[in-house]
Amino acid sequence: MGKVPRQLKTAELEKIANDIRMDVIKMLEHAGSGHSAGPLGLADIFTALYFKILKHDPGNPDWDERDILVLSSGHCVPVRYATMAHAGYFDKKELISLRQFGTRLQGHPERLRLPGMETTSGPLGSGLSQACGMALGLRMNKAQHRWVYVVMSDGELDEGNSWEAAMLASKYKLNNLVAIIDRNNIQIEGPTEIVMPLEDLSAKWESFGWHVLEIDGNDIEAVIDACAMAKAIVERPVAIVAHTIPGKGVDFMEYDFHWHGAPPNHEQAVKALKELRTLGGKIRSEHQ
Amino acid sequence: MTEMHLARGELDKEDIRLGFGKGLLEAGKRHENVVALCADLTESTRMNLFADAFPERFIQVGVAEQNLVTVGSGLAAMGKIPFVSSYAAFSPGRNWEQIRTTICLNDQPVKIAGSHAGISVGADGATHQMLEDIALMRALPNMVVLAPADSVEAAKATLAMATDERPNYIRLTREATPVITTDNTPFAIGKAFIFRPGSDVTIVSTGTMTYQAMAAAQMLAKDYIRAEVIHAPTIKPLDSDMILDSAARTRLVVTAEEAQINGGLGGAVAELLSEQLPTPLVRVGVRDRFGESGKPEELLKHFGLTHNHIAMAAHHLLMNHRHQRTG
Ligand SMILES: [Mg+2]
Repeated sequence: MGKVPRQLKTAELEKIANDIRMDVIKMLEHAGSGHSAGPLGLADIFTALYFKILKHDPGNPDWDERDILVLSSGHCVPVRYATMAHAGYFDKKELISLRQFGTRLQGHPERLRLPGMETTSGPLGSGLSQACGMALGLRMNKAQHRWVYVVMSDGELDEGNSWEAAMLASKYKLNNLVAIIDRNNIQIEGPTEIVMPLEDLSAKWESFGWHVLEIDGNDIEAVIDACAMAKAIVERPVAIVAHTIPGKGVDFMEYDFHWHGAPPNHEQAVKALKELRTLGGKIRSEHQ
Repeated sequence: MTEMHLARGELDKEDIRLGFGKGLLEAGKRHENVVALCADLTESTRMNLFADAFPERFIQVGVAEQNLVTVGSGLAAMGKIPFVSSYAAFSPGRNWEQIRTTICLNDQPVKIAGSHAGISVGADGATHQMLEDIALMRALPNMVVLAPADSVEAAKATLAMATDERPNYIRLTREATPVITTDNTPFAIGKAFIFRPGSDVTIVSTGTMTYQAMAAAQMLAKDYIRAEVIHAPTIKPLDSDMILDSAARTRLVVTAEEAQINGGLGGAVAELLSEQLPTPLVRVGVRDRFGESGKPEELLKHFGLTHNHIAMAAHHLLMNHRHQRTG
């Protein structure tokens, strides 16, 4: 199954997640536009997926035994690009082409442009339903050993399409489907609970017939454990409500919804990279 | 053959959606990867023929048209050929963005069937009389747009869709419609067909209006006007060569459709002619209005969608442009 190292220890995975965050900052600064908070908050989840959870082969993106990862919240794609590069899908040098003319790394992901990108997304609320179709298709193909993971934002749960899909997954007992909800409590115009309250979020999913797991989405081990547990739940689809910190790892971005749809300028990027390089001052303090 | 049948008023009638249902059933028998999804209108769209025969390949999504097409997109990603059906007012009426992003830009071969299109839906009124579907679907890159003339052609079109690798939209109507084609009438996606040769005026028609166009041509013949009827079951990609060739011969064109002419077949032909062969044109169709309740026949008359209106349009062109033709 490809060249992705599987035996990485947690500390090594955390190092990769941190490197991915630094790449995200560099990509966004160079692009001069894009979303910061979501991708930074999702770095741990994407690292866990690509380096531990997913069955995939970066050298053969269309491998017919692969698991499927759908990114529903397409605006978070910089973290997926960076993680794919780290996993070996393409050279990290290409990351800097994000949002540039002629790039495979479009501002929002496009399936036809980049091998390994399972769907085109950006307009919100349609990833879970595509994932449902994939899970159904795998069932019809007698390939239920293949898993479908979908990463979605909390803001896109405002979309009716999300809940149409939630009902369908429950109706058809799609037990090879795992929805990872990036519960970072922000969306573009503010906190979710002010723009359009979602709570009690876990109760909502449970009432729709899903098995719900709540985790710290910035804890790589917790992500890995939850996805392992999801495989043991055979009677229903599984929703992992992953509590994440928007802008995670960059002090001045964390929890601030203004960073949802904004990139860092040069000065801010330098500051962010320094903080990430020193792991929030931890490394330096250890040396002092 | 067709003409004689028309003259004697002996045509059988069948609803176009039933042709879709039969075609889908046959497609299901021929192709294992054909699956079907419906949004709580399985019988109305005649998808029940497939659902009854292949229950394990049928997905009922409920009244959820956004889900209908996006679940379809996911199934296509796993190698299925999904046919998704509802009323055209809801699909593609409600879920256009999902079709745009997850089917067209994503280039997944989902087959969208919109039933109850046109004004002839009748009593249900304007909300359900979908007139803008051609314009909506025609604007999308990668999308193929089909409007069969009758149930026999609808079955052929549905079978052709099953092996076409692009996203497709097929426009279906509710009312029993005269059957003007036979099993032997040729059909291919992307092709228009001369249903009646002529040299004085070209009538380009699609869907249910091809029957009206044929009747109009018969009327015109009584006035010694030889109308050429080109049936265009594929509105996108339009068979430009066929239409340009005919327009070059007749120098006068009428279009006919049971839809908004803005962005519809009339729009498509107007774009083609004005760019490549400026030709006097009259478009018969719905002119920037909504429908209303009524019997199909009275609505077709009220909205100017009968053979009389097509014939009048041809007369109008001949009157106003005769000097160009004789000069
Ligand atoms: Mg959010």
